[in-house]
Amino acid sequence: MNKETVLSVKDLTKRFGNFTAVDRITFQVMKGEIFGFLGANGAGKTTAMRMLCGLSYPTSGSGTVAGYDIVRQAEEIKRHIGYMSQRFSLYEGLTVWENLRLFATIYGMPARQIRERSDEVFGALGMKDMRNALVKDIPLGWKQRLAFTAATLHSPDIVFLDEPTGGVDPATRRKFWEMIYKASSEGMTVFVTTHYLDEAEYCNRISIMVDGQIKALDTPAGLKEEYHATTMDEVFRTVARNAKRPG
Amino acid sequence: MSIFQSLIKKEMLHLLRDFRTILVVLVMPVTLLLLFGFAISTEVNNVRIVAVVEQHTDETKEMLERFRNNPSFTFEGTVSPGEAERLLRKGEADAAIVFRTKNGRLSHQIVADASNTTMAQTATAYLESVANSNAAGVPIVSRTLYNPQLKSAYNFVPGIMGMIFILICAMMTSVSIVSEKETGTMDLLLVSPVRPGTIILGKLVPYFLLSCIILALMLTLGYTVLEIPLSASVIPVIGISLLYIVLALALGLLISTLASTQVAALLVSGVMFMLPVVLLSGMIFPVENMPRALQWFSCIIPARWYIEAVRVLMIQQLPASSVRAEILVLAGMTLVVLALAIKKFHAKR
Repeated sequence: MNKETVLSVKDLTKRFGNFTAVDRITFQVMKGEIFGFLGANGAGKTTAMRMLCGLSYPTSGSGTVAGYDIVRQAEEIKRHIGYMSQRFSLYEGLTVWENLRLFATIYGMPARQIRERSDEVFGALGMKDMRNALVKDIPLGWKQRLAFTAATLHSPDIVFLDEPTGGVDPATRRKFWEMIYKASSEGMTVFVTTHYLDEAEYCNRISIMVDGQIKALDTPAGLKEEYHATTMDEVFRTVARNAKRPG
Repeated sequence: MSIFQSLIKKEMLHLLRDFRTILVVLVMPVTLLLLFGFAISTEVNNVRIVAVVEQHTDETKEMLERFRNNPSFTFEGTVSPGEAERLLRKGEADAAIVFRTKNGRLSHQIVADASNTTMAQTATAYLESVANSNAAGVPIVSRTLYNPQLKSAYNFVPGIMGMIFILICAMMTSVSIVSEKETGTMDLLLVSPVRPGTIILGKLVPYFLLSCIILALMLTLGYTVLEIPLSASVIPVIGISLLYIVLALALGLLISTLASTQVAALLVSGVMFMLPVVLLSGMIFPVENMPRALQWFSCIIPARWYIEAVRVLMIQQLPASSVRAEILVLAGMTLVVLALAIKKFHAKR
């Protein structure tokens, strides 16, 4: 693969007291790739992702995100990434437009650009009518799309999605993956954690975390071949068979 | 629009759209002030008294006349000793005064129903002073300084201000920060390029402004409706109130770093701050009457210092230099709490 690397970590470790939440993980993510980060609950996905976003400092190990060091240049990293949290967090008491404007302003977008880009996005999503609706009043599926838009409006190099499809129906999930594909085709790298194994198939490459370590990392097809499995579900069960932490 | 401005705007929009919060925040101080100022008072009025007179003389007649005319008392009449006891037991009289003339000298005894101690103490003192006012010997002239009418409102206004600011600043800021942690929007801010200091200020400034509005409201009410004499003390009162507000905000910030749910934040600010403020700050019960241990404990309660200072400034109308100690203590507390809160906020990672 001769593509540009946007994310690279080596022996990244996070300990909380005696508990090693993330245990020497090493991997790279290429530009424009959709990278799936799989693991049971408690396997260390969220902790690992928080380190990559600069929300938490690694105990040891090193890494770069968007070309910046995760230990020394965490502030620089923050300018070049987008982040969508588990519960499509947005300000419920603000309108769709106010939320979008707030996050775009925080990421340093000038007012005119915010207006142009959001008009474009609202048009593409068919959300024009919802512009002035309070976020707490809009359906979950729209909230999810809005959260993704808020995380990507400033065109980050890489966007981190923490279980972005929890609790939404399959049709909405498919629509959401279309958004992910579109972003990826425009050159944005997508780093997504999930425990829906069918979604893993949509990723370019996936890693499977078990007990804080990355136990498998390849394309979905490659993994199926390696583990002689027909579905990702089988692959996952084989890899996670020896997990010690309760899921 | 700068990042800071947009954070403030976001917070303001949330506040303004939450009609109930605004209502609580503005209506509660006013209600409390009026309630404590008018309805709840430790003044003793309408003490129902009966008299037992063994031997009617001109002197006793004059005495009874005096009780009849005193607005603090409701004179229920002259009764027999047995009847007086019955009335006291049944709660139909609050106090009885017994006159006995022996060798031409009038002496008296006061019997009061002490099932309500405040009432009994004050009533006894009143009766005593009325009865003694023309007794032979040295006349005692008493004057109460600073609050000649002994109005309860004078006492309660500083207390309520001490309570309200803790309530609004500490409770509301901590709950609003913790709710951002709960919904996950705090993570969105933390992964963004916004500096942690800006996030904190963006949270505190709106509540500071809100508190300033409440302060203006309370002072206006205090000086107009409750008729606290307006004087040169206004500026120092405002000054020390602003310091106290900042301290309360810092406390709210500290709570928010300790609590992880809104309910926990509410409980912590309610139990840890509200109760001590009401019970130990001297708002209702004088600190001087507490056991030594509680007096020491009350020293760590910010409201105690604030209420004391406001009383000195507002009621005694002394210059700001007389509350230097209180100002220093409050400023010291603010610095310590703020330092702790900021350290905790950063330690999260």
